[in-house]
Amino acid sequence: MTSDAQPLKQTSSQRRRATEGPWATAWRKLRRDRAALFAFAVLIAIVLACASAPLYADYVSHTNPFVTNLNGEIEIDGQIRQVLEPSTEGLGLGMTPIGPTWRFGPYALGADNQGRDVAARLLYGGRNSLLIAGVAATLCLVLATFVGVVAGFFGGVVDMVLSRILDVLWAFPIFLLAISLSIVLIAQSIRIGPIEIRSGSLWLPIFIIGIVFVPYVARPIRGQVLTLMQAEFVTAAVGLGATPLRILLRDVLPNVVTRIIVFVPLMLALNMIIESALSFLSIGVQPPDASWGTIIQDGQGLLYSRPLVALAPGIAIVVTVLALNILGDGVRDALDPKSSFRVA
Amino acid sequence: MRTGKRLTALLSGALLLGASALPLAAQAQEGKMGGTLRLLAKAASGTIDPHINYTLQYFQINYILYDGLVTFRKVGDKTGFDVVADLAEALPEPQDGGRKYVFKLRDGIKFADGSDVTTEDVVASFQRIFKISGPTAGTFYNGIIGADKCLAEPAGCTLEGGVVADAAAGTVTFNLTQPDGEFLQKIAIPHAAILPAETELKDYGTDPIPGTGAYMIESYDPNKRLKMVRNPYFKEWSKEAQPAGYPDEIDYDFGLTEEAAVTAIQNGQADWMFDPPPPDRLAELGTTYASQVSLHPLTAMWYAPMNTNLAPFDDVRVRQAVNLAIDRNAVVKLFGGSNLAQPACQILPPGFPSYEPYCPYTADPGAKWTAPDLAKAKALIAESGTAGQEVTIISEDNVVSRAIGVYLQDVLNELGFKASVKPISQNIQFTYIQNTNNKVQISISQWFQDYPSPSNFLQVLFSCASFTPGSDASVNISGFCDESVDAMMAEAQAASISDPAKAAKIWTAVDKAVTDAAPAAVLFTPKRVDFISKRVQNFTFSPQFYWIISQSWIE
Repeated sequence: MTSDAQPLKQTSSQRRRATEGPWATAWRKLRRDRAALFAFAVLIAIVLACASAPLYADYVSHTNPFVTNLNGEIEIDGQIRQVLEPSTEGLGLGMTPIGPTWRFGPYALGADNQGRDVAARLLYGGRNSLLIAGVAATLCLVLATFVGVVAGFFGGVVDMVLSRILDVLWAFPIFLLAISLSIVLIAQSIRIGPIEIRSGSLWLPIFIIGIVFVPYVARPIRGQVLTLMQAEFVTAAVGLGATPLRILLRDVLPNVVTRIIVFVPLMLALNMIIESALSFLSIGVQPPDASWGTIIQDGQGLLYSRPLVALAPGIAIVVTVLALNILGDGVRDALDPKSSFRVA
Repeated sequence: MRTGKRLTALLSGALLLGASALPLAAQAQEGKMGGTLRLLAKAASGTIDPHINYTLQYFQINYILYDGLVTFRKVGDKTGFDVVADLAEALPEPQDGGRKYVFKLRDGIKFADGSDVTTEDVVASFQRIFKISGPTAGTFYNGIIGADKCLAEPAGCTLEGGVVADAAAGTVTFNLTQPDGEFLQKIAIPHAAILPAETELKDYGTDPIPGTGAYMIESYDPNKRLKMVRNPYFKEWSKEAQPAGYPDEIDYDFGLTEEAAVTAIQNGQADWMFDPPPPDRLAELGTTYASQVSLHPLTAMWYAPMNTNLAPFDDVRVRQAVNLAIDRNAVVKLFGGSNLAQPACQILPPGFPSYEPYCPYTADPGAKWTAPDLAKAKALIAESGTAGQEVTIISEDNVVSRAIGVYLQDVLNELGFKASVKPISQNIQFTYIQNTNNKVQISISQWFQDYPSPSNFLQVLFSCASFTPGSDASVNISGFCDESVDAMMAEAQAASISDPAKAAKIWTAVDKAVTDAAPAAVLFTPKRVDFISKRVQNFTFSPQFYWIISQSWIE
């Protein structure tokens, strides 16, 4: 009985595999990649933690992380301590923010030089960092896909013009552009269609990052489209009289999507690093709002006395970017195992 | 003037009695000649042309490189504010009711290139101030006869009738359009340094101009080092004006961060840093390295100028409300605590001529700031009907200025405004906030005295003449222009020679009038922290020059 039943089950499994689509195959492979799954779990945890920032500020730290608290006090072990403690030894120079309490409560990671709760700001900062990285990645991928597909599909003059534009973008120093825009925007805003970019607007880092990195994504996509255009199934479609639009939508785009998906985590990681750098240079998120970059900047003046102010967001960036890169590798292996490209 | 990198002002020092009181008091012992003094700064401070550079950083060294007809006494006590004869044989008595000064040049003084100092050099130097459009030509030296023509047409400047040389008698006569009780102080700063007559009419940038001081510049690379060596032609003619220096060489290195500079001094790899030590190192310096720290109150202020020509600060009630709402103790904490700054709410700093304690912007109005009065501030805002308006604060992008900007943002939000803060590079912030084209509403800035006179705060910062719309050099950042206050200033100036006591009283009244009009929110009076290496001896802090570099020696 048993020996009869086994072959039937194997046949069913084999049939399922034989008939499963590329997405199911990719998902199956991804599920077997423990490193990628762990990275994904870490990312989810980070996103959830950052999303809960308002709850943490209201119910755990009981502070407003966007308002200075220079005269604040806190009770620790029955003792009332000032959030900013004056030096009482020697010449009595300097004020030192309270250090980490290491408790699930106020000032778990200590205070910054404005007396604000670092842990709460870390969570709020993560929201901005992730938001900017996510929107910029989306903008970048949409633009890059459009440019890459059009250039590869139409070729000729269109390809040449778009490729040169990409060359210019690629050559442009991102931080010089960011600093220039930042200075211009102090006095006036920039309007792009319905969107008005003002000084301090999150759209500023989003646009800078989203546009400057278009060549990094568009070029590989263009290359893949050029390859696809020589594929037999495309030649067959042309021979059968399919319209260019149909070929584009039915034969080219579906084969490019996997590569775009592979780019998502990698671009997110890259964008997070750039966003942090821009914010550190006072170009991205503006005070009193926080991003991980601005918190590092706040901590720069406390490196000797309260290094955790700068270290905590630094660690958050490292962990997030590492997780995104591991996940990106896993997604790439699952969707496009033959590919070996890397971003930046 | 302002401190900092570009265009700031200088000298300060306050001297508030007992100013230093720290372990670095001058040691009355025989100094050691020789060795190399190693100074550090995060960055160079631009041109080394003494007629152009207007920074604290280079004013400090220009005093040992160049001389004027007069200078401030180089001592470490409050007499350091006194003007003494330098290239001139003696201080002249004002003549013609304070409109005329005759200086007799000392004999035998040479420039660092070996040429003699002549009366022709003096005339040419004052012409050059106008011909190159020096930063203080129109403010400090516009009272010289002929200055108006020079300001209108710099290239053809002769100062005819204003600066007259008599080579045979070795004298130079200055004729002024009206009495100026501060004239000697104005020509005691490096912008009035005497240079060789053949000095070209251009910004010398990194090329040294020969001077008469104890030292001369051997080389200058703004990205690396300013190297000063002994002037081979220097012979001490007046110890209180230009004393001979102790070190053979003074190297001013640029590029290290403040953190790295502190560490270098701790390790004995450098002797002093120009920039204030970073806040997170202060506690360490105040304890472990207390014997190497010198702390002095300055005649200076940190303040928040408010644009009196732009909403919402064109309403005096709003400006007063901001003054009332600011917790000066909180701001002092951001600067490093009460041992590094004192709360203030009037324009003139403590210990300054004509200073009388006055603070209307406190919970208990009187002589001293005690606490903010938020209720009264909110009532003024409600009365003005300006709540809800957007306000942008422009701060510098350094730690302290940005922190104060964020605090001020909280204050303005609390008052009902929609405030944002924009920190911009300190290299451009000071010029940016001066230019009315940038429509700056409120900013964070500092002011340090050029010379010890109330006019250097009140007239320079808040007179109609100091307000030049559309200019990067309009140091009246608030754009404050009140004819009645201007008239009081003019009256004080006029009385400065004939009745100094009366002039002093008028300046006190001007201080109160400007404080009441609240074109700015004065935040605190800072102190200067100098951190020096163990091998530096005889650290002498002048209220005017800060550390007199040439008077320290190396063990």
